[in-house]
This record gives sequence, structure tokens and C-alpha cells, in this order.
Amino acid sequence: MSRADVLVDADWVEAHLDDPSVVLVEVDEDTTAYEKGHIRGAVRLDWKTDLQDPVKRDFVDRPTFEALLSERGIGNDHTVVLYGGNNNWFASYAYWYFRLYGHDAVKLLDGGRKKWELDSRELVADIPERTPTSYAASEQDTSIRAFRDDVLAAIGVENLVDVRSPDEYSGRLLAPAHLPQEQSQRPGHVPTAVNIPWSKAANDDGTFRDDDDLTTLYVGAGVDLAKDTIAYCRIGERSAHTWFVLHELLGVQNVKNYDGSWTEYGSLVGVPIELGDGS
Amino acid sequence: MCGAVAGGPDISGVDATKEAVIQGFVTKGGDPVSPAYVRLLDGSGEFTAEVPTSATGQFRFFAAPGTWTVRVLAPGASVDRAVRAELGEVADLAITV
Repeated sequence: MSRADVLVDADWVEAHLDDPSVVLVEVDEDTTAYEKGHIRGAVRLDWKTDLQDPVKRDFVDRPTFEALLSERGIGNDHTVVLYGGNNNWFASYAYWYFRLYGHDAVKLLDGGRKKWELDSRELVADIPERTPTSYAASEQDTSIRAFRDDVLAAIGVENLVDVRSPDEYSGRLLAPAHLPQEQSQRPGHVPTAVNIPWSKAANDDGTFRDDDDLTTLYVGAGVDLAKDTIAYCRIGERSAHTWFVLHELLGVQNVKNYDGSWTEYGSLVGVPIELGDGS
Repeated sequence: MCGAVAGGPDISGVDATKEAVIQGFVTKGGDPVSPAYVRLLDGSGEFTAEVPTSATGQFRFFAAPGTWTVRVLAPGASVDRAVRAELGEVADLAITV
């Protein structure tokens, strides 16, 4: 696995706009962004209505994921190229989700929607018509997904990486600052977690920093790459970005994304929480 | 939609007495800039949040009290503005790129 296997740039996407083996997929937090304009030929996945169970807090199950991809015209043989807003947070989440269900031919567009827009590249309103497929997913690969008990067991033992902003880590903010701050969970972070904001892995235009910079970033902040690692944020999308950096770009083994993240952990009764900026 | 609306986006529905709001709008030659990306950096310059501007060039953050930097990225331009946020208050910025 190398950077070229998992990351493509805008020129690559433009050269493959009419490649029948490639499906472009836009995934946004602001799900109306796609309607305003998207890369020609791209289909949309809604991270909430398409990828979350409508009742309990969990992912859609395997048959539902299979039906979703079949309906969007995504086949097992397609190379899926994901992009989106928020510096690819939700595209990274979808990337991790595709890998969780066993789709290996998946890539991210470096810089996502933001760099595409800042470079004034073409966006269109036309919704593509794709032929439905019969997609077959694998069982979830939980070697890349952490649950709350994994996090509790990792305190003081494994690397815990809190990728939220310093103000969320310390407890001064409860959510990213584009969201209202009145939230039900307690502020703070998991004891022994180091704070390495996802944003340190990216340039202002949303592209990923180079491998040497990224290795220096995590090792310099105290991550022991020989140990197992769990990344978390508030709802698991920014930590999917960091999971992508560690597991896909740097090839670090045994990295899990905790999608329950702070909205689960900060609501649990009796678990330890640490406040402040850490050591 | 023609022309930027003065002030930030409509804040109805949010209890502003519990928030430290930083908001505003981005214009170029009097016209709203969309898309532009607005980043909120904390007192140490670390990224805290980012939003795209609305069709009318507007943006809003829910910050904590303190000193922040608002950085606007637009095609071919980058502008920084320092701002103070206070609980229960709305800091309004008019930014030209």
C-alpha cells in the first residue's frame, strides 16, 4: 500500500471522468452541497441517511449497504473515488466505511471539494444515471473499528489519539466551532489520549501533508507506532481522516477508528475523563 | 441572490445567550464570495473549525470566549482577521478579499 494506491489528485480525476471503471462519490456534512454542483458524473452518498441505521445508533447492516451501493450503480469491480467538503472528513469516513465492508479499490481525492473549488474546476448540476448493480459486501472488518470497551481497555496501554481541536480536547468547547455548543455530553478527553488535531495532517487547501511530515507529527506527539492505536473525535468523521493518514498513507498496522467517539464516551456513566490541555 | 446581506446569517433558533458567536460575510468588489472557505484559528493559530460561505457570502462560528483569527480562503486570495468572542455576544465581521 502506498500513497498512489489510496490518494488521487484533481488532474487524475479529470483524466478519468469518462472511465467506466471509476465511480466518483461525493460525501458531505452539508448534504445540499451536491445539489448546488458536483464533479461531473459523481453520485452522492448521504453520510447520515444512507450510512446510519435509521433507528439505533449504528451503521447500516450488510444487506442494506449492499442494496445502497447496488442502487447507486456501484459494483464490486469499480474503483470508487471519494471526495467531499470539510477537508474530506466525511469522504474519509466513507472511505473507512467502504473498507470496513470489504471494498478495497477505493481512493480519496486529495483536497476534496474545497481544493477543487478553490482551483475553479468545473462543477455541474446534472445528476448522472447509472445502471444498478448487484453489489456483494463482506462482513464488517472490525479490526479497523473500535468500540467503547476497546477504548477503556486502551487507557494507559495503547495509543489513544484525540484528533479534535485543542479547545474540544481541553473541554473548553463541546463541538467543532461551526456547531452550537449546547451538548449533552461531558467535556474533556479520555485519560492518556494525546491531542493531535486532524488539521495538523492537512494543508490549508485540504491536501494531506507529505509522509515525512506526517510521521514526524505523530511520533513527535508521543505516538508509539509499535503499539496499537485508536483514533477518536466527536462522531468519528475527523478520526476517520486520521485513521486514513496512519493506516492508509503511513501503513501503520492495528489502527482503529472509534466512531462512537466523544458523543458516546462523554455520555457514559462512570468512565474516567480528563480535563485541560494535557501534559 | 444579489448583493451580500449585512451581518451574519439569521441566528433565530439558537440561544445566543449561551454561545460566543463569530459571524460575518465575505465580499469582493461589493459582491458576495461563494464559494469561499472560512477557517477559525485559536489563540495559538491552531485550526478549530471551517465553513464554506453561503450563497450570500455569509459564515458563522460558535466559539468560546477569547481571541481568535478568522482566515478566509477564496480562489486566489487568503485574508486573516483577528476577532474577540464573548459569551452572549455576536462578533460581526465584514471581510473583503
